Amino acid sequence: MSLLMCPPDYYGIEYEINPWMSRSRQSDRAAASRQWQALYELLRNEAGVEVDLLQPAPGLPDMVFTANGGLAWGKKFIAANFRYDVRRGEVIHFENWFSARGYEIVRLPQGLFFEGEGDLLLCGEVFFAGYHIRSDIRAHQRIAEITGREVLSLELTNEWFYHLDTCFCPLGDGRALFYPPAFDAYARKVLESYVQQLIAVSERDARAFACNAVAIGNSVVMNEGSRETRAALESLGYAVKALDLSEFIKAGGSAKCLVLKVPHGEAETGAAGA
Amino acid sequence: MPRSVVELSGHIIDSLILPKVLDLIVNLGGEFEILKIQVGQRRADRSYAQILVEAASPAELEQILAKIREHGAVPLDELEEEARLEPSPQDGAFPEGFYATTNLTTFVRIAGRWLEVEPAEMDCGVRVKLGEMRAETVPMHRVKKGDLIVVGQRGIKVQAPERRVPAEAFEFMSSAVSTEKPKGLMIREIAESMKSVRSENGRILVVAGPGLVHTGASDYLVELIEKGYVQVLFAGNGLAVHDIEAALYGTSLGVYLDKKLRAAEGHEHHLWAINKIRLAGGIKQAVEAGVLTKGIFYTCVKKGVDFVLAGSIRDDGPLPDVITDTLVAQDIMREKIKNVSLVLMMATTLHAIATGNLLPATVKTVCVDINPAVVTKLTDRGTFQAIGLVTDVEPFLRELCQYL
Repeated sequence: MSLLMCPPDYYGIEYEINPWMSRSRQSDRAAASRQWQALYELLRNEAGVEVDLLQPAPGLPDMVFTANGGLAWGKKFIAANFRYDVRRGEVIHFENWFSARGYEIVRLPQGLFFEGEGDLLLCGEVFFAGYHIRSDIRAHQRIAEITGREVLSLELTNEWFYHLDTCFCPLGDGRALFYPPAFDAYARKVLESYVQQLIAVSERDARAFACNAVAIGNSVVMNEGSRETRAALESLGYAVKALDLSEFIKAGGSAKCLVLKVPHGEAETGAAGA
Repeated sequence: MPRSVVELSGHIIDSLILPKVLDLIVNLGGEFEILKIQVGQRRADRSYAQILVEAASPAELEQILAKIREHGAVPLDELEEEARLEPSPQDGAFPEGFYATTNLTTFVRIAGRWLEVEPAEMDCGVRVKLGEMRAETVPMHRVKKGDLIVVGQRGIKVQAPERRVPAEAFEFMSSAVSTEKPKGLMIREIAESMKSVRSENGRILVVAGPGLVHTGASDYLVELIEKGYVQVLFAGNGLAVHDIEAALYGTSLGVYLDKKLRAAEGHEHHLWAINKIRLAGGIKQAVEAGVLTKGIFYTCVKKGVDFVLAGSIRDDGPLPDVITDTLVAQDIMREKIKNVSLVLMMATTLHAIATGNLLPATVKTVCVDINPAVVTKLTDRGTFQAIGLVTDVEPFLRELCQYL
């Protein structure tokens, strides 16, 4: 498995499609570039993951958040169907990248919104899928057909946590981080009955994107500032690596949003919950 | 109570989506009934449910449907496949693989709606006008380049005719053509149908061949027209010429109808009759000029009954009223069958089949001929709704008039 990242050459706050975004609070391009580079180096050198790069394209400021481009599964790439027009231009770049590497490109019917790993996370044998804010629940049925896996749809109820990967993070070993108020009661019940050990994060940590972490084996890479979560993880034996990703939080994204899993066709499990 | 059936599928049980949707329906004041449920056998298997949703008012139902749709419950009829449209490549030809119509009531699925194809006519194509959201049958010769035509079999619904429980002996036997049917009973039923059509101001079409004149049945048809039981008459040059010959000379193909004797120079009557009408400029003009003073067509003109005379290759003359371009004749016949609810076809093969081709299957059709093959041919060519009576047309009409 490798991770796909896209350098922030054209990153900026050019529109507002979630409550984090404000065009009056611009990102600093140089700072963003430094933060992104730090994450890239950390994943490669300290976590020891292979990282592939996607060529950034002008006019697509959010392409840096590669997690939303789709889902790579076996040798198939299920392309995203973005809810907002402003992001739809990203899709072709992902399709071209995966297609050039021999993946079969699968497109969902128009109007069935699906925002890739942003709303779809494998946890053990089961996919958890967020819906109602960005992705459409009916897209989840298609994902289940294509992957042959159980897909459990979870309703997201808080606009600040608009993607599943902003409020839920599988860690492997039957554990996951989650921010309970981001889900409706039914979704919380589902999580409680399917995940052996749920670690609830506080509002403060959730807002510091504690759940938007990249978990690889024993390492958890996340934005800095989630002290309680960090302590909880460390007490469970995880090696937490925190770094400043504040420029990306201005657009509502953090560590997990910046990477997309590329499975290289091997059998998939949720143990490495990247 | 307003109701709608919705479908929910996926891992709806483990994800608690099914109980959530049911709770939502109840919390919004509706009621539900699970019509069908299939639970996945293994963990990865998906489940499926069909749920009947009921609410006190249409507005309430709409509100519930809108809410549960967000959770994946979609009204069944919205999941149906759309009809595929392709533009016609040229004038007078459909795109390949076009859907050929039947005479049954047909619907096509366009932009999420079922549009009725109007009118029902067999062997045509379906043209869709997206702007007006209309679907219509269009005969091959009338299609224009670029017209959007339904191709393939998807997104098309054909309504099978309702299977009625046979109430009368004659209905029971109407499925097959037989000389053995109890005719008196059938004729009485036909008379009753004609009365009921007219009592509701419906239109009756008569399609007749020249045999009607030879057998001396003209007076009965005249009686039907006078009593208001005929609104439209379809025929060929033959019926009109024989009728006019009889009116002008008392003969049919030179034989006196009352004496069964051959008239001197009788063979010329037929052509003289045609010539007289041509001299007058047409049937209507001949009636107005006092040349034609009795008979079927005289009565049609007097009673204002529409008639369409379609020509054929063996016609003498023909009369000026005869339409010699078959496509034009078909188009005019198409116009005239609108709102017709009963058709009486008598002693004609060609015109019966031509009319049958244009009729929706919902139009009651009675075919009377001494030759059983005529009814068989008609039904074999798709006009399966036709009821056949194998009899000479004169006793048929005589008896029919008695009942009317």
